[in-house]
Amino acid sequence: MSGVRHLYVHLPFCAHRCGYCDFVTVVGRGGEHAAYVDALLAELEREQSVLHPDLETVFLGGGTPTFTAPRELERLLHALPAADEVTVEANPETVSPELAALIRENGVTRVSLGAQSFQPQLLEVLERRASPDDVRGAVHTLREAGFANVSLDLVYGIPGQSASDLDADLAEALALEPEHLSCYELEAKPGTRFTHAHGDELVRQAEAMEGYFEQVVDTLTAAGYRWYETANFCLDGRRDLRAKHNLGYWLGRDYLGIGIGAVSTVDGVRRRNLPSLPRYVAALARGEEPARELEQIDEDTRRRERLLLGLRLDEPVVLADVGDAVDDEALERLRTLGLVEVAANGRGDELRLTRRGRFLGGGVTAELLSA
Amino acid sequence: MQQDRIRNFAIIAHIDHGKSTLADRILELTGAVSQREMREQLLDSMELERERGITIKAQAVRVSWKGYQLNLIDTPGHVDFTYEVSRSLQACEGALLVVDAAQGIEAQTLANAYLAIDGGLEVVPAANKIDLPQADPDGTARELGDLLGEDPARVLRLSAKTGVGVGDLLDAIVERIPPPAGDPDAPARALVFDSSYDQYRGVVAFVRVVDGTFSTREPLRAMAQGTEFDAEELGVMSPARLPIESLSAGEVGYVITGLKDVSRLRVGDTLTSRRRPAAEPLPGYKDVKPMVFAGIFPSDSDDYPELRDALERLKLNDGSLSYEPETSQALGFGFRCGFLGLLHMEIVRERLEREFDLDLLITAPNVAYRATTRTGEEVEVHNPAEMPRELEQVEEPYVKASVIVPKDFVGAVMELANERRGTFDHMEYLSEGRVLLLYELPLGEIVLDFYDQLKSRTRGYASFDYDLAGFKPGDLTRVDILVAGEQVDALSLIIHRDFAYDRGRQLVERLREEIPRQMIDVPLQAAIGSRVIARETIKARRKDVLAKCYGGDITRKRKLLEKQKKGKKRMKQVGSVEVPQEAFLAVLNLDSDRKRS
Repeated sequence: MSGVRHLYVHLPFCAHRCGYCDFVTVVGRGGEHAAYVDALLAELEREQSVLHPDLETVFLGGGTPTFTAPRELERLLHALPAADEVTVEANPETVSPELAALIRENGVTRVSLGAQSFQPQLLEVLERRASPDDVRGAVHTLREAGFANVSLDLVYGIPGQSASDLDADLAEALALEPEHLSCYELEAKPGTRFTHAHGDELVRQAEAMEGYFEQVVDTLTAAGYRWYETANFCLDGRRDLRAKHNLGYWLGRDYLGIGIGAVSTVDGVRRRNLPSLPRYVAALARGEEPARELEQIDEDTRRRERLLLGLRLDEPVVLADVGDAVDDEALERLRTLGLVEVAANGRGDELRLTRRGRFLGGGVTAELLSA
Repeated sequence: MQQDRIRNFAIIAHIDHGKSTLADRILELTGAVSQREMREQLLDSMELERERGITIKAQAVRVSWKGYQLNLIDTPGHVDFTYEVSRSLQACEGALLVVDAAQGIEAQTLANAYLAIDGGLEVVPAANKIDLPQADPDGTARELGDLLGEDPARVLRLSAKTGVGVGDLLDAIVERIPPPAGDPDAPARALVFDSSYDQYRGVVAFVRVVDGTFSTREPLRAMAQGTEFDAEELGVMSPARLPIESLSAGEVGYVITGLKDVSRLRVGDTLTSRRRPAAEPLPGYKDVKPMVFAGIFPSDSDDYPELRDALERLKLNDGSLSYEPETSQALGFGFRCGFLGLLHMEIVRERLEREFDLDLLITAPNVAYRATTRTGEEVEVHNPAEMPRELEQVEEPYVKASVIVPKDFVGAVMELANERRGTFDHMEYLSEGRVLLLYELPLGEIVLDFYDQLKSRTRGYASFDYDLAGFKPGDLTRVDILVAGEQVDALSLIIHRDFAYDRGRQLVERLREEIPRQMIDVPLQAAIGSRVIARETIKARRKDVLAKCYGGDITRKRKLLEKQKKGKKRMKQVGSVEVPQEAFLAVLNLDSDRKRS
């Protein structure tokens, strides 16, 4: 069935790998951007048949998509199918007026800026190259170029961060009036250089994380943002400013991902391209399918995922859609504890987390999932 | 063999004082076992015994020495098995009292030596390990001489390790220990002093024939229990089983009974022939009752049938183990098991875990209580959660405890005994530097960590032994623990009223540390009846979310949540609160964080 309406494109190139990063990234290899874009387009061509003629969203993630050689980025954007929402992730220091114009002219409707923090010393800990001024400048540049949908990423729980640092970050971010904010707790993966370097401080931050999360939600909702997903907020107004591409994931829609490390879920199969850049490029150059891991997503698994993804949102999950993925006893117990609500609606019973339930969303979902 | 050429003897020694090594050396010297066949500590056949270097099951071996038949009856080396020791001793006319010349007499040696003396045995004292540089054979000989009222010069000196003096010891056995006295023509009687279970042949009884003669295939009766069976095979251990046609007065050997359940033939019973039965059994049979109880639960409730089968099989060769099904709302299905004492409990637990590969939860041990309700009904309580609330009186078991310590530690021991509601009985100097202290203590005060405490407060020098001394009333009360308003049966305890408040507070504090924060506030309470004596609250978690989740993360996050769900399966649900099993254990083991040394 040719019905996938969400396309993800992975652009792995970065100027530098930040210590805490766990995405598939490639540093150096400046000469390979063209070959990689060729490969992406070849993969897209191979997968054309699964895509719906009218795409809803395209998302260029990275890496640092805006670090890609402008010529190649332009060639790629130009070749990609049009969509209602086309998002590009960008690092603030890469956002020049030229770049802003380039992406704007090539169909990009939304930019997601990796701000992370506005405190120089915290940006340094994260090994980010942008300064706080770069972040502010990037937003300004994007506005100048006509972007009416800008999202900022913030990270909290950074080694050395305090609650007042976070307050300052939130205030700085709000002052830029972004349409959308993503706020993540720093996830330090065990065994990484970063975790090794900041071990004790990370433990202290983990203990403060509870307070940070409440601080983020309270501050942003008070400023008129809608807490529409666990870690995502959008201006609440006439326009629906939710990230529609990501919303596709959270609603359990099918999506196609191309590029190294990219994941697709299409017709009950999830597949992940392996992360090796040379092998990916070589395979597609030979006219072959890139190396992939496959996972069958049966109906049961799919319902479980619908439940766990759907409960991240502020809109309810239709119980009939998730069927026996829900443990009825647990549901009853959680209801008595005031963590979930079930309400009748035209579409049948709907399940949603209460505000407190959303703060405990992981635990609540784990309990709700039938064994 | 003529009766006057027979010598039956036991070896009494403290753990590590060299009993098993001496037994090995005797087997070697008398040619019963060649050096090649010699395993270290041959008599300790169970894996666990070998590993712990202690003897659990007594056995009997026949050896020849200069035309005499010597029967060495091995005795269990621990306080829990005092009754079995006394039966083993009753099968002998003499006992070797072996003391480590570097350590001197220990409490346990003393207790068993008194058992031997009281039983009218000829005690042959020996100082062992004289090869050690720190050995003090003269000092040890003086202590032994004082103890037995004997000339220290008569105390033998040997090294079981090198073999020095072992021949003299065998000569002394022949010379000093009297031959058995029974009547060879009287109706046959034999004392069962041990038994084991053979997977193929059933219960094997170890017996000392007192009067008359038993023959193979003779129909037999155990006089105390009334169990009847045929002697499928008679024999002696030399040291492997060696079948013979008959066993006569004075001899020691084994009887294969074909019985499928060791509890039908108890140690201490008297065998007689059904063809010509004896009128009176031998004296001294006791039905030994378990005094220490604990709940044993499988960590994974699916293992319940395995646990049941394992206990059934263990009981086959451990007649003193008792168990009955128990259901705990906190720990699920399991068994309440009765043990002779703490070591017995440890042994059973280790065998269950090792031989049957079971992962177990074991509740804190408690003793047997005799309760009288307000309505005058008397019940024996083995589980604190079953203690009636409306009580007229509760009686608890007491022990007579003897402790031997260097005199510098007398104060420390007295302090500990006082903390444990001990009543001082008396004190005597065994030698210039070593003191024997006698106390009466509630068994309930020693089952948890008394021994550990004693060892740590005396830097390992104290030795300790006890003997049950009947029941006495006490000001005992039941303390219940409530988690989120629900009483947790596995955490109820019975305790002296003076300690109830402190213990209740300790328990809830510990629980607060052990139970992870939940999605709601969880009140923890300790209560006597409806009166709350301690209270703590576990504050609710405020955040539990997976930070971000996009297309590439879904599989991993799903697996993470499914794992979290599985983790919950291992939790025990108390009302709406999930309590990890580890929390129960930590609380149950409040007193025994220090491992037994």
